[in-house]
Amino acid sequence: MSDHRVGRIRFMDQQRVNLDGFAHEDIGLGLVALHSPHDPEPSLVVTDGIVVEMDGRAAGDFDSLDSLIANHGIDVSVAEEAMALADVALARMFVDPAVPRDEVVRLVAGTTPAKLAQVVALLRPPELTMAMTKLRARRTPSNQAHVTNLLDDPLLLAADAATAAAYGFRELETTVPVLADAPSNAVAVTVGAAVASAGILVQCSVEEAMELEMGMRGLVSYAETVSLYGTESVFVDGDDTPYSKALLAAGYASRGVKMRVTSGAGAEVLMGGAESCSMLYLESRCVSLARAMGSQGVQNGGIDGASVAGAVPRGVRAMMAENVMVMARNLEACTGNDALMSESDVRRTSRTLPMLLAGTDFVCSGFGSVQRYDNMFGPSQWNAEDIDDWLAMQRDWGVDGGLRTADPDEVGRLRRRAAEACRDVYRWLGLADFTDEHVELAIDATGSKDLGNPDPMVVLGAAQAIRSSGLGSLQVARALQECGYDVEAGRVLAMLTARVHGDHLQTAAIFDEQMRVMSLVTDPNDYAGPGTGYEPDARRQAEIDGIRQARGVEDLRVDQAQWRTDDLKVVGPAAQGSDPREVVIGLSPGVGRSVWRTLSGLPVIDVLRELLAGLEEEGATARVVRVNSTLDLGLVGLTAARLSGSGIGIGLQGKGTALIHRRDLPPLANLELYSMAPIVTATLYRLLGSNAGRHAKGATPVPARNPYTDEAIEARYHTSVISLVALERACVDRAMGVEDIEVRR
Amino acid sequence: MTRAFSGRDADELTLDRLAREELGTDDVRIHPETLELQAQVAERHANPQLAANFRRAAELAMVPEDEVMAMYEALRPHRSSAAELAALAATLDGYPAPLCAALVREAAEVYARRSLLR
Repeated sequence: MSDHRVGRIRFMDQQRVNLDGFAHEDIGLGLVALHSPHDPEPSLVVTDGIVVEMDGRAAGDFDSLDSLIANHGIDVSVAEEAMALADVALARMFVDPAVPRDEVVRLVAGTTPAKLAQVVALLRPPELTMAMTKLRARRTPSNQAHVTNLLDDPLLLAADAATAAAYGFRELETTVPVLADAPSNAVAVTVGAAVASAGILVQCSVEEAMELEMGMRGLVSYAETVSLYGTESVFVDGDDTPYSKALLAAGYASRGVKMRVTSGAGAEVLMGGAESCSMLYLESRCVSLARAMGSQGVQNGGIDGASVAGAVPRGVRAMMAENVMVMARNLEACTGNDALMSESDVRRTSRTLPMLLAGTDFVCSGFGSVQRYDNMFGPSQWNAEDIDDWLAMQRDWGVDGGLRTADPDEVGRLRRRAAEACRDVYRWLGLADFTDEHVELAIDATGSKDLGNPDPMVVLGAAQAIRSSGLGSLQVARALQECGYDVEAGRVLAMLTARVHGDHLQTAAIFDEQMRVMSLVTDPNDYAGPGTGYEPDARRQAEIDGIRQARGVEDLRVDQAQWRTDDLKVVGPAAQGSDPREVVIGLSPGVGRSVWRTLSGLPVIDVLRELLAGLEEEGATARVVRVNSTLDLGLVGLTAARLSGSGIGIGLQGKGTALIHRRDLPPLANLELYSMAPIVTATLYRLLGSNAGRHAKGATPVPARNPYTDEAIEARYHTSVISLVALERACVDRAMGVEDIEVRR
Repeated sequence: MTRAFSGRDADELTLDRLAREELGTDDVRIHPETLELQAQVAERHANPQLAANFRRAAELAMVPEDEVMAMYEALRPHRSSAAELAALAATLDGYPAPLCAALVREAAEVYARRSLLR
């Protein structure tokens, strides 16, 4: 490498993508995505209904993962058929819309981890997208949010939980910077969620034993921090075994708590225990294990190891393949897009987009609904600043990424109610007292940095009181009721009642806002090619389409009317001028009727005054007319020029586009043109006026440069342009002549 | 009708009863029979492993919280000797929780082979 790189390379080095780490493949470290020479060849030997060899290993050599998978996870009745299929034949079944999901699920139940890994490794990115569309368990996609903050501030947690629910998230996952705060966070998020919507599932991610305790006591409604790893050594380093996790799974279900496990590429590499295997194969073991132990779902696709997977060739593809394995094993797929895997907006969008397009049970396994600095899981792949981007992407593609636009006034109302309800509940339960000022700060806060310095001991004290008193959601419901929050009390009680029914324990279950369970059982994915499968209904489509920034002609008409002025007056029909110093300014038909302000924000009257001042500087006499027969700027300018005594005219459209014309030129020609209306300044309009005056007297004009910007100026203004043109067109009257206009100075 | 662990009909879980402080923890706790019904649903939807988990859960539904947490702790690596796991399995048999007991016995065998016992 030379010491001095040329400017082009130095410039590229500075781009954000180069903050990311990129690694050479290293098989010894497990830094390899789809295949390692140390991955076992798929094999399965069944004797008398018992697996005696799996993926090249005899039963006597099984480690604890192999044992649980071999004893519980393989459907031996289809194993022979499934294992005999060529990898490519099975891979094609994943993609082929003519092969029903049920058939893929039936066969995959008989595959070993090595077999399934080899099959999904054959799928190319669009094929993975197709497989996801077809194989996910639930028909209706959904999304999950992180709701946390640096301070574990309950009022802010409640307000942010309500906000997340308002935006459509159906699962809220909180966690803590201070472990002992966990019960308080669970209560605050439960209250906030109940303010915004019925049926929000709430989780508090902490160490396994404490999470189980909170689940059993009814403080949370689902659990997700049940980590699986692809090798026994890493499993044991994580202080668990497949069997302890299997018992944990039953423990959650025994109290009616929904549970999924967590795994994902890169975790074993990070813990130095990948045993030279590929990330995809190790993850396939995790997914097999998840099915074998009876978990209804898996959160995978990188997760904490996402940036490890993202560092190697085909790593992003491997993460998506992991998700497809989960779906093919008939489990709920909570698809990564969780830990931030790149500093580059392009790379993180590239990583997520296929899943957004395909739809998954939870497109993000933790969209950071709060500020990056407040996300106690670490910054997410998607964060509070990206919510509007997500909504726009849903709308662009016409897909359901689980979110919806929340009305700004409604967000304000919900945050207030959530913060107040949380304050009232904490007071009623004797957990803590919060000031009115604290409530107001939490309502308006963009993040915890807006809260000042609340006393951290208050939260800790509340959490300890919750834990020592054994307080659960039933008491939270009661407190809400006593404090006058009947609707919210009903929602918390309904979530507890749902536990008694247990329907939400089935695969991929969420609740809709009417507390109906949507799962593999009640809302099965029926995709079988174009014209089948999930399509948003009319109400949902309207939610996806109706982002708050969208504008129409009527919105623009109202905006324009605010700039109406009496300073433009119609005098009468315009006549041919004869003064050789005369320059005529022609206005488009809408000016002075429905169009009052240019795209740059300058009122048309101010633009006219600049033009007139410029003309005056050059000793020209000026006349203003309105051309009613056309909105074409060239013709407006040419008409003005032909009426002008000097033969020079200025054309000005209401949106601010302006030109200088001469009576002998063809309509589409001009002497000077300002085409970039949004960025033309008052100074430039004055220059245009004075240059028109110079043209009129035969002097040399001062060159005017069209202003330039590298911003997406068209994206910003084109919708306004279309509406302005519509307003102008409505004023066109071909029978009406040109009118003289008086401009009050 | 779905009944809660306490025997109360789930339809009786109303705000009125909440206001009268008539509802207790066991009124919002799932009944083992319900977990068995959910197991049958899972079986019909091509997931016998989920069904098996619900059946183990139905057994644990009868076990107090602290004991469930202690069993989980006992199954973590290097926590229990072979004898302790055998005792745990016997305790589970006594509940009766034979499916969970079988899982513990299987774990004990694997842990012995893989040096995961205490």
